[in-house]
Amino acid sequence: MTTDPRPPISDNELHALADGRLDPVRAAEVERLLADRPDDQHRLGGYRRIDAGLHALYDSVLDEPVPDRLRRRPSVAWHRRGWARIVGGAVAALLLLGLGAAGGWYARDQRIAARQEQIAILQPAALAHRIYVAERRHPVEVRAEEEHLVRWLSSRLKIQLKTPELAAMGFKLMGGRLLPTERGSAAQFMYEDVQGRRVTLYIRSDLQGNRETAFRYVQDETGVGMFYWIDGAKGYAIAAQMPRDELIQIAQKVYDELEKAP
Amino acid sequence: MADDDRADGDLDRLVIEQIPHLRRYARALVGRGDRADDLVQDCLERAWSRLGLWRRDGNMRAWLFTIMHNLNANAVRAAKRRPRHDSIDDALPHASTPATQEQRLELSALSNALRALPEEQRAVVLLVGLEQFRYDEVATVLDLPIGTVMSRLHRGRERLRRALAGEVAPVLRRVK
Repeated sequence: MTTDPRPPISDNELHALADGRLDPVRAAEVERLLADRPDDQHRLGGYRRIDAGLHALYDSVLDEPVPDRLRRRPSVAWHRRGWARIVGGAVAALLLLGLGAAGGWYARDQRIAARQEQIAILQPAALAHRIYVAERRHPVEVRAEEEHLVRWLSSRLKIQLKTPELAAMGFKLMGGRLLPTERGSAAQFMYEDVQGRRVTLYIRSDLQGNRETAFRYVQDETGVGMFYWIDGAKGYAIAAQMPRDELIQIAQKVYDELEKAP
Repeated sequence: MADDDRADGDLDRLVIEQIPHLRRYARALVGRGDRADDLVQDCLERAWSRLGLWRRDGNMRAWLFTIMHNLNANAVRAAKRRPRHDSIDDALPHASTPATQEQRLELSALSNALRALPEEQRAVVLLVGLEQFRYDEVATVLDLPIGTVMSRLHRGRERLRRALAGEVAPVLRRVK
């Protein structure tokens, strides 16, 4: 075979033409070139027929009524309430637990169990945030510069920790500390920006119930906001005194980095 | 607070309007209707719970399909050791438009060939051809380099095309 003298059409261009993704100038050019390339023409026709076939097979799904089970939106009614009310509610819920079990109120037990787990992250994270962001001289126990910080806290929590990089938002890791829980240990990392605003990341790894739940936001009366979520035994909370829209950027970054960790 | 509620309502709508598309893609991807809706339900539950994390300037459609892709990849890994039980009947949906005998044959050949494609090629072919995502969006949804997207698209479409050519050629001859 001698070299084909005709200007080439790449596979990618042929697909892009079939999908209407080729820029109009090149598309016109390729259409012209196709005139004396029956093999490519044939392939293009084949690709178009495949897509038409897929629509013929599956477009009817778009018109089916959506089943009820897919329309239910989980309740988020309480997620924007203040910590005080949530914690107060939890105490009431815990009191109800005995009654619920006796009365066989299974659904309510489930809700209470879910709420207990949320309290297990929300309350200690909020407490640790308030105490340590106010510290001028000893905000952290081990400074970020000390390379054993992450290794040490990882070994105490028995999970591989990492400290998310928040430089893009102007926050620098100051360091971290070990905190007690009812069952074991938790870790707190603290970040600070040039204005001296501080963000804490609270992590515990000893939650029970093995649920994966809602990413939730709460804010207290003083304007301290917190995003928190639970992933199996692990619970995370990001707290800072800043508007929700700003905090969510940080929470998003932390979440992305932690969830992508192996 | 009222502003917040309104914003949340808008977000809810953005999710809800994608449900039919998620269902169509899931049906084409996994075949069976009930399994497809299980996948959609899992995807929606996760999306609702993570909605606070969605970037308001982001692409809701791509975000939802990304969640669905990750869930399905996990499910596929988990099911690896379980025996397959897809039958052709399960895989064959009702055609959207009344079809002639030839069209029915072609659609049934396409459906079978689609089931026979490796999952990774099927996903790309469907996201591009059925859901009409741009190539860069597919790369985001599947977390792949765009070159890999293009090569899977090519291999997938070529396999489908050859499968159809095999089935359809005799029909065309008979028509003439």
